[in-house]
Amino acid sequence: MQRLWKPGIFLVAVLFSLPIFTILSFVVYPSSEIWRHLTDTVLGEYLVNSALLMLGVGIGTLIIGVGCAWLTSVCVFPGKKFFTWGLLLPLAFPGYIIAYTYTGMFDFAGPLQTWIRQVTGWGVHEYYFPQVRSLGGAMTMFSLVLYPYVYLLSRAAFLEQSVCVLEVSRTLGCSVWSSFYRVALPLARPAIVAGLSLALMETLADYGTVSYFGLGVFTTGIFRTWFGLGDAAAAAKLAAILLMFVFTLVVIERGSRKRAQYHHTTNRYSALPQYRLNGYRACLAFCACFVPLLLGFLLPVVQLGLWALETYDYMVDKSFIALTTHTILLALSAALIAVVLALFLAYGKRMLKSKTVTASIRVVATGYAIPGTVVAVGVIIPFAWLDGSLDSLLREYFGVSSGLLLSGSLFALMFAYMVRFLAISIQAVESGLGKVKFSMDEAARSLSYTPTEILMKVHLPLMKGTVLTAFLIVFVDVMKELPATLILRPFNFNTLAVRAFELAADERLADSSTAALMIVVVGLLPVILLSHSISASRVGS
Amino acid sequence: MTSQLEVENLQAGYDDLQVLNEVSFSLQPGQIGCMLGPSGCGKTTVLRAIAGFEPAWNGRILIDDIEVSSRQLNLPPEQRNIGMVFQDFALFPHLRVEDNIRFGLREMPRREQQSRIQEMLAMVGMLAYARAYPHQLSGGQQQRIALARALAPAPGILLLDEPFSNMDVDLREQLAREVRNILKQENNTAILVTHDQHEAFAMADQICVMNEGSILQQGSGYDLYHRPANRFVADFIGQGVIIPATVESPTTVKTDLGLIRGKHKIDAESGTIVDVLIRPDDIVHDDESTESAIVVEKAFRGADFLYFLRLDSGIEVMCLAPSHHNHKINERIGIRLNVDHLVTYSRN
Repeated sequence: MQRLWKPGIFLVAVLFSLPIFTILSFVVYPSSEIWRHLTDTVLGEYLVNSALLMLGVGIGTLIIGVGCAWLTSVCVFPGKKFFTWGLLLPLAFPGYIIAYTYTGMFDFAGPLQTWIRQVTGWGVHEYYFPQVRSLGGAMTMFSLVLYPYVYLLSRAAFLEQSVCVLEVSRTLGCSVWSSFYRVALPLARPAIVAGLSLALMETLADYGTVSYFGLGVFTTGIFRTWFGLGDAAAAAKLAAILLMFVFTLVVIERGSRKRAQYHHTTNRYSALPQYRLNGYRACLAFCACFVPLLLGFLLPVVQLGLWALETYDYMVDKSFIALTTHTILLALSAALIAVVLALFLAYGKRMLKSKTVTASIRVVATGYAIPGTVVAVGVIIPFAWLDGSLDSLLREYFGVSSGLLLSGSLFALMFAYMVRFLAISIQAVESGLGKVKFSMDEAARSLSYTPTEILMKVHLPLMKGTVLTAFLIVFVDVMKELPATLILRPFNFNTLAVRAFELAADERLADSSTAALMIVVVGLLPVILLSHSISASRVGS
Repeated sequence: MTSQLEVENLQAGYDDLQVLNEVSFSLQPGQIGCMLGPSGCGKTTVLRAIAGFEPAWNGRILIDDIEVSSRQLNLPPEQRNIGMVFQDFALFPHLRVEDNIRFGLREMPRREQQSRIQEMLAMVGMLAYARAYPHQLSGGQQQRIALARALAPAPGILLLDEPFSNMDVDLREQLAREVRNILKQENNTAILVTHDQHEAFAMADQICVMNEGSILQQGSGYDLYHRPANRFVADFIGQGVIIPATVESPTTVKTDLGLIRGKHKIDAESGTIVDVLIRPDDIVHDDESTESAIVVEKAFRGADFLYFLRLDSGIEVMCLAPSHHNHKINERIGIRLNVDHLVTYSRN
C-alpha cells in the first residue's frame, strides 16, 4: 500500500498539472495568421484593459478592505461586532451576479433612473448618468465583492500584531493615527499584499462580468478567438499570456505570506487597545463600514429578491428544480472527489516526508489561481487529441467510431473542477492534519493502539471539521463556477450559474434572479462558517 | 537479579546517518535513568529506539527480559508495554482529561477504568479537572495529565522525552522532584531524556552522559560532578576550570595554589605535567589564608557569590563564597584550596 503512495501522488500531480503545461507549451507554438492579426489589433486592448481593471480593483479593494479592517480591529463604535463578520457577506456574490443586478437597477429603464425622471421631469438624454456596463463599472463591481479578501487577511494581520509594538510607537511620540501609518500598516503589508493578490487573481479569472459588460480582456478574448475565430492555438496563446500575469501574482502572494511570518516580532499578545469613537467620528466609522456592506450585499440581495418575487411563478418549474438538483449533484460529487484526493495527497506528504512529493503537491496547489477559462482550454486540447487518436485507432482496426468520448463528457468537466479547486481542499485538509501532531500518533501507539485504530480514534475526530470545511468550500465554488462549465459542459447540461448567465445575456435580468439568488444563498454557507471562526478566534488568547 | 531494561550495543540512525554508536546500559526495576547530553547527541534516538519508533540497526533492547528490538526484530510500540510522556505532551485535544487517561485503558472493564482514572488524577493532584479539556489547562497541568495518561495502563517502563523543556525555568526542578516522588511511590521504572543537568540531578538515580552518539559516563549525579571520567563530562556537568599541575607522588600534584592530595592513584609518572579540574567549590574564601588572588568578575547568585579570580601566576579560577562576603572587583582576597576529589587528565 505504502509503496503505491508515492507514484500515486506523482500521477495525480502530473494529471492535474497537464492543463497548465499544455497551455504553457503554446508559448513556443508557431504563430498562425489569426495570432498575428490578434497581436496587431486587439492584444494591446486586452493588455490595457486588464491592467486598468487590476489597477482599479486594486485601489478599490485596498481602500475598503484595509480601512474596514483597521476600524473593526482597533476602534469601538456602534455596530462594530456585527460589521466584524457582516463585512464578509459580499463574498457570497460571484462578480457576474452583482454585475447583472446593478445593470438592472441602474439601467435606463431600471428603478433608479425611472425614479429620477419622475421626480425631476427630465427626459431622455437630458441628464448624465454613469454607465454600469463600462470599465469603471466593472472595477466597482469587482471592488464591491472582492474587498473581503483584503479585509480578512489584513484584519488577521492587525489582530496578530503585538500590542507592545503599537504601545512602543505611542511612547515614542506617535498619535493613534500616525502609529497606524508608521507601524501597523507596514507590519501588515505582507498580509495586505497577499489579500490583494487573491482579489486580483479573481479579477483576472472572471469571465461572466467582463463578457456581459462587453469588455475586451484576456478571458473574453480567449472565448472570442476560440469560438468566434475557431483558432484553438491562438486562444491557448492568449491563455498562456494570461497565465503569466497570474503566476506573477502567485509568486507575489506566496512571497508575501512567507514574509508575513517573519513579521511576528514577539509571542506576547494581549487585548488590542480599543479606541472608543464618539459623536461624528463614530458616525463616520459606521458609514465607512456600512456602505460597502450595503452596496456589496444588501442592495443587490433586495433587488434579486424583488425580481424573484415577480418572476418565480413562471421561473420555478419542473425544469428549474431539475436544474437545481443537477447542479447540487454535480457540486457534491466534485467536492467529494476533491476531498478524497486531498486526503490522499496530504497523508502521503505527511507519511513520506519527501521533497519531491511536497513539490508535486505544490504544483497541483497552483490550480486555485488559474482562471476557469484557461483551465477549460488546457483540458479540452489534450482531451480532444486523445479522443481523436482513440477514434482513428478504433476506426482503423475495428471499423467503429468512439466519437467524443472524453472531451464532451462530465468527466472532462469534473477533471477541470479538480484542476481548479483541488488546491482549496488540499489547503484545508493539510491545515487540519497539521493539528494532529506526530507526537499524538506516537502517544496513541505507546498506549497500545494500532495505526488503523489511531486513524479512527485520533485523526478522524480531529480532522472532521476541516474536512467538512474543505468539502463545503469546493461545493460552493463549483456551484458558482461559470467559464469552465460553460465551455466543457456536455450538450444540454446546465448548471444554475450557466442558466443565470444565459438569461442575463438575453437581457432577461429579472428572470435570471431565481438562479442567481440560489447561488448567493448557497454561497452564504462558507461565509457564515468563516465569520464564525473569525469571531471565535483571537491569536494569543 | 533481572533488569527491567537492558540496552546492549545499540546502533541506530536515520536514513544513511548513523546516530548511535554501541550504546549499552541497563535499569533495575524501580530505578529512574536519565540520558543527559547536548542537543544532537543521540539521547532522543535512544528513547525512540526503546519505544519502538526507530528500528535498531544492530545490538538489542530487552524490556522485562523480552527482546523487543534487534537487527531482525522491531516489535511495534503498541506491543512493548511502555508509557511515554512527550515534549509537547501530545494530549488529544478532542478528549476531556478523563478520556485522555481512559484512552490507554480500553482493555479494562468500565468500572475499573473509572476507579483507575480517579486514582491517577489523585496521584497527580488533578482530581478537580477530570471534565476539563486540555486547552483549558496550564502547561504544568497538561504535563501532569500526560504523566497520568502514560502511567494509567501500568507500563513496564515509562519514557519521558524532555518533559520539562516547555516549562518555566523556575518550575522545572520543582516538577522534576514531584514527578520523581510520584514514580517512586508507584515503584515505576523510568527513563528521562534531557539536556538540563539540574533536571537530571533532581530526578534520576542513574545518569548516562552522552555525546556524539556514545555514552561517555554512567553514574549518579554526585559521581559525575566529582569524578568526571573525561574532559567533556567535566565541562558539561557543573562549572570549573582546568589548570596545569606537576605530579609529585602517585597521589599528589603541585599547582600554583599549592599541593593537592587525592585518594586514588594518578595515572602518570612523577614529574610529568597534567591538567587538574578545579571546581568553584574546591576554592574556599578565607581572609586568614596566605594565598590570595584578585577579583576579576563576580556574579551574585542569591545565597552565594561566584567569583572569577586571577592568581599572581596569571591563571584564572572560580570560587564560590557565601553571599555576605561581598568584595569589589580588583580587590585582593584570601583563598584556600579544599579539594575533596582530585581529578587529573593527561596532556596530549
